Amino acid sequence: MDGQQVRDWEAHCIEESPPACNAACPVHVDVRGMMELLRQGDFKVAQALYSRIIPFPAIIAALCDHPCEGACKRGEAGDPIRIHELERACVDAANGFVAAPFRTNKQLAKKRIAVVGAGISGLCVAAELSIKGHRVVVFEAQPQAFARLRDDPRLPAGAIDADLARFAGTGVELRLGEAIALATLTTLADEFDAVYLGLGPTAQPALDGVLALTADARIAIDPLTFATSHPKIFAGGSQRQSAADVLSELPPHSPSQASPHSPRTASPYSPIGSLHDGRYAAQSIDRLLQGASLTASRDNQGPQPTRLYINTARFAPLPAVQPADAQRGLSRTEAIAEAARCFPCHCLECVKVCPFLEHFGAYPKRYVREIYNNETIIMGPRKTNRLIDSCTLCGLCAEVCPEHLAMGEVCLSARQGMTAKGKMPPSHHDFALRDLAYSRSDAFALARHQPGFASSAVLFYPGCQLAASSPEQVEQTYAHLCATIAGGVGLLFGCCGAPAQWAGRQDLFGEVRADFDRQWQELGRPLVLTACSSCYRMIADHHPEVAQESLWSVLARSALPAGAAQRSTALAIHDPCATRHDTAIHDGVRQLADRCGISTVELDGPQLSSCCGFGGLASFVSPAITDRIVDRCIGQNDADYLTYCAMCRDNFARRGKRAVHVLDLLFPATGDAAARPDPGFSQRQENRGRLKRRLLRELWSETVNEPANAIELSISAEVHADLERKLILEDDLRQTIAHAEASGAKLIDRQSGHFIASHRLVSMTYWVEYSLAEGRYIVHRAYSHRMQLESTP
Amino acid sequence: MSEKPPAPSDSELICAKCQLPLVLGKVTANYLGNDFPVDLLRCPGCGFTYVPEALALGKMLDVERALEDK
Repeated sequence: MDGQQVRDWEAHCIEESPPACNAACPVHVDVRGMMELLRQGDFKVAQALYSRIIPFPAIIAALCDHPCEGACKRGEAGDPIRIHELERACVDAANGFVAAPFRTNKQLAKKRIAVVGAGISGLCVAAELSIKGHRVVVFEAQPQAFARLRDDPRLPAGAIDADLARFAGTGVELRLGEAIALATLTTLADEFDAVYLGLGPTAQPALDGVLALTADARIAIDPLTFATSHPKIFAGGSQRQSAADVLSELPPHSPSQASPHSPRTASPYSPIGSLHDGRYAAQSIDRLLQGASLTASRDNQGPQPTRLYINTARFAPLPAVQPADAQRGLSRTEAIAEAARCFPCHCLECVKVCPFLEHFGAYPKRYVREIYNNETIIMGPRKTNRLIDSCTLCGLCAEVCPEHLAMGEVCLSARQGMTAKGKMPPSHHDFALRDLAYSRSDAFALARHQPGFASSAVLFYPGCQLAASSPEQVEQTYAHLCATIAGGVGLLFGCCGAPAQWAGRQDLFGEVRADFDRQWQELGRPLVLTACSSCYRMIADHHPEVAQESLWSVLARSALPAGAAQRSTALAIHDPCATRHDTAIHDGVRQLADRCGISTVELDGPQLSSCCGFGGLASFVSPAITDRIVDRCIGQNDADYLTYCAMCRDNFARRGKRAVHVLDLLFPATGDAAARPDPGFSQRQENRGRLKRRLLRELWSETVNEPANAIELSISAEVHADLERKLILEDDLRQTIAHAEASGAKLIDRQSGHFIASHRLVSMTYWVEYSLAEGRYIVHRAYSHRMQLESTP
Repeated sequence: MSEKPPAPSDSELICAKCQLPLVLGKVTANYLGNDFPVDLLRCPGCGFTYVPEALALGKMLDVERALEDK
């Protein structure tokens, strides 16, 4: 995997982007986290969370101009969360709030900083730098700190004292009533390591000649670093906010969202804006003292838009909780109810629709990083192998992702990397690749012109799994095509290579692709009529020179087969994931259904179709996950399903959903097609082989004998289901029993009289417990392991 | 037709060829180039080694998976 590609993938996942409230807050209070805690009634931890970000919680909770509420996405489904009211309730002494003292870092080498002005920004600088271990002296001309706020009727009694009490033990020296002569400010800068000026909103003509000033005689302040023209002097707060040229930079605020307790006045003064200045000016001063860059890595500073997406249409509108006592504000119970209205904001659009992404407990950004770490790890276990191989590669995540991130691309790339390094667990794809080998073998592979033709106008390519599931319908479809298409209909059986591609086996996929190309060339490069959606995808994506059309589009244009069903039924239509964007195929199948009298009910529509679990070979790696994927899919509608992928139909049937294939409509058989069971892996191979042999005999008049099975098996439904889960084929059992019977190497269970045999076939050792009755071998149990055993003398 | 019976009892197993009851013996298990000594039931005559289902699908599978992810 390419590192840059990995970063691009990560950047496309927006789940870690901040919620709108957090992004709009100048100091990024974790509102979502607070709401989660408050809804659980955990006021204590919510208070700690708030107090960690807000140095003066009692004051800010009362006075904050709450730009967060204007950004709150709940406002798109009812009223925005009353965040300001909830902050007030959070720091209410009645809810047990006590502001903890600041914890200062005693370990650092201390510098001396002077702060001029004991308002919100100045005291915020003092708090931040004392926490970092510096010694701070605050000069305030007024006899009290926070002098400007003391007459504000919105402040509860004791709020200022409670917040000032946080300085206890910090060593911050508060020199009240001590004015600094601004004309001699540079002397202060000489005496201290850095100076912060929080001078309030008034013009400062006295600083002319000491610091660069704006046109209206406010200090000229860099809005990113809060630096002034003097390298050791920083400034901010309402001095910066009141300068005419920065009014437009103030945090967004919607007066309509204001609570009755914090009406925004015509003044541009923003308490949270001052806190913002103090917070980030302190950061600059600390950087100056450490000799670090003042400007680097400040992208997330201050209010900003967020990329986090939330589908608010999913939520029913809810009005805000109204406090019974408007003056008192939200009670504890009311606060819990109001916090419970928070969604909370998360994207997770892909995780909501994909049991695979949900199963591993995180979201794509985390998965991409884990997958990259898995590939680049030098020592230790590769813990993400199973995650990588559990993706169906269906592409639904990219459809629902606001940024169209496709986890299938990530997982496929990782699989290719794993196979290239020899790190792909052999057990993951071994069974599926053996089935691919069967499809390519003489047992099934076939490339012929129509009998009596020396060339082919078109080539019917049914795919391996349709032939495995419904061999009779493949035969009927071929006969129908031969009867309706002039110029010869060739027939091609084999594998499109999808399992090799999904397994990350680029070498094998290259071989299969070359085989297909060779056969197609030898048949005269005819138009390929593809029945299987996965084959269609492989040919479209990897054989640009091959002209192909979906069988369903072709059939939709011609007369229906003579025996096609005519019934008035509603079926819910499930489109295979591999062709979710191929509208001609969707239309063709719907037309065929319509002409058979079927009214189709749409599920989520073709584009948002989910995989049946076969895609990406995921069902061979994590069957429990793919069962949940199928169950989600079949739970969408109570009607019988109509599909046009053999694996979709059979997987739905396996999980108990009544489902028909479109060929069941065109070539109906006797019996209830929707109740047809999943044939299972052994029957799938048997069906393919038998189909080829029958066609060779009946269409091409060749002499082909059916193989004689010396070992006749008898298997109960329970044992059959167990063999399916364990990916054991009947042929594996036959070979094992034949080996035991020929060699005599077997055990006898004296209690049951059963034989127990084992046999090593390529990379697996199979065990079969069986008995013999009337010439048939009754299979009671079978299992396998990969480990090889050697007796020690 | 068959049904899955309870797992065979170790003490009831005899080797069909040698007609001997199985005894515990040293066996080397190998996977992906890693060897492990294990004690398993085997025929003292021909050495046929028995792996019960619970072992194959339990500890043995766990070790196989751990080695595959190594």
